[in-house]
Amino acid sequence: MTSAPRVGVLSLQGDVREHLIALQASGALTSTVRTREDLAAVDALVIPGGESTTMSKLALIFDLMDPLRDAVASGMPMYGSCAGMIMLADRVEDGRPDQKTIGGIDITVRRNAFGRQVDSFEIPITIEAIGGSPFEGVFIRAPWVEQVGPSVDVLARIEQGPRAGTIVAVQHEGLLATSFHPEITGDHRVHQFFVELVRQRA
Amino acid sequence: MTDSSATTGTGRVKRGMADMLKGGVIMDVVNVEQAKIAEDAGAVAVMALERVPADIRAEGGVSRMSDPDMIDAIMAEVSIPVMAKARIGHFAEAQILQSLGVDYIDESEVLTPADYANHIDKWNFTIPFVCGATNLGEALRRINEGAAMIRSKGEAGTGDVSNAVTHMRTIRAELRRLSSMAPDELYVAAKEMQAPYDLVVEVAKAGKLPVVLFTAGGIATPADAAMMMQLGADGVFVGSGIFKSGDPARRAHAVVQATVHFDNPDVVAKVSRGLGEAMVGINVADIPVHHRLEERGW
Repeated sequence: MTSAPRVGVLSLQGDVREHLIALQASGALTSTVRTREDLAAVDALVIPGGESTTMSKLALIFDLMDPLRDAVASGMPMYGSCAGMIMLADRVEDGRPDQKTIGGIDITVRRNAFGRQVDSFEIPITIEAIGGSPFEGVFIRAPWVEQVGPSVDVLARIEQGPRAGTIVAVQHEGLLATSFHPEITGDHRVHQFFVELVRQRA
Repeated sequence: MTDSSATTGTGRVKRGMADMLKGGVIMDVVNVEQAKIAEDAGAVAVMALERVPADIRAEGGVSRMSDPDMIDAIMAEVSIPVMAKARIGHFAEAQILQSLGVDYIDESEVLTPADYANHIDKWNFTIPFVCGATNLGEALRRINEGAAMIRSKGEAGTGDVSNAVTHMRTIRAELRRLSSMAPDELYVAAKEMQAPYDLVVEVAKAGKLPVVLFTAGGIATPADAAMMMQLGADGVFVGSGIFKSGDPARRAHAVVQATVHFDNPDVVAKVSRGLGEAMVGINVADIPVHHRLEERGW
């Protein structure tokens, strides 16, 4: 694909605007996705940060969950940050009993794993697959990845402190997920990486 | 996290938390049952308090921070973020709420103010704060004190959306006015708004607040929520409007869905059907000025 890929942002709830800005800066044509018609009009999708239980409920209420799963099954690239990571995970710990995800990445994530808001934190994160200086990892009531299947590439872990080794970024083919929020830092490298991934898989 | 490499309570973590609530509805709840109804309906957070504003208004007296037992019970019940209110200027109440581990503190005019001169120095806390504002100058004074989120004040406990509209329109109009000003006009603008000059310059350049702007105070129907979102709110606080209505669970669902599809009248029409009685409400115009909560805060 030589032209700009069309990348939607799931706009049921969350930090949609920040992802739109980061995607536009990364050379994508962007749109918001609230309906299955919106979804049909994009090449790839970002699932923003937000409240994962709310997003999951709204996806079911507005009949988007099945179209989203079909899109994953048909190979549509997706990137999820924080709540978006939970939505792309096959399994969730500490979610609500009725919490459904889109799935697609063979991981178990633990919701709010690092604690409540008082425990939300920033820490430098290195993603070797992307390179350059470490990312400013902003973790807000963030999930972590508790277990990964054999098909999943681990892109980043917490490097220092008591949580050293914790997996916070993963990739499975066209599906990408981070526990943290690059979209609110003004650092667009993760989005550039994703847009490039979309181009390659088109 | 106790290691030195991880930093808690940063501006980005506090303001970012509010970013994650955008497009969502935050509901006032007074007990565990209501908190469950709110979470089931898809609320992005709940505000734990002892009496909803409509009852505070009806019962009168001094209104204070809620009992920690009640806040704990709600935190144990729901997995979504839990907010709680401290009185304006009452930093010790805020310290208690931080100690309980609530996710956001609302320094709120709905409670009886504890300090008629000073607001809480919110930079001193790891937990982020949301504050009310009726205009841009007030919003910038709160941000200067460390607020990481602003909500229009409206007039809480009335079910009358008119003041929420006035405050949202005022803030948005003042933002537009600032961004059209010449640089040398911003000195006087800052003086007139009684707002810090540096923040005025930042806002004039960006054309928007540096923090998330929700609406609050009188939202009672899905249509109210849709209107406030179209007027530029990033999300909605609903206080008395849900649990003072005939069918709270249904209305809670409806307000959440109308907030998502605020610009799609077909969806808002669909969710507005058969909701039962809305809260009875009070016209703001019938409330003497000195009994209006919006007048609290300076």
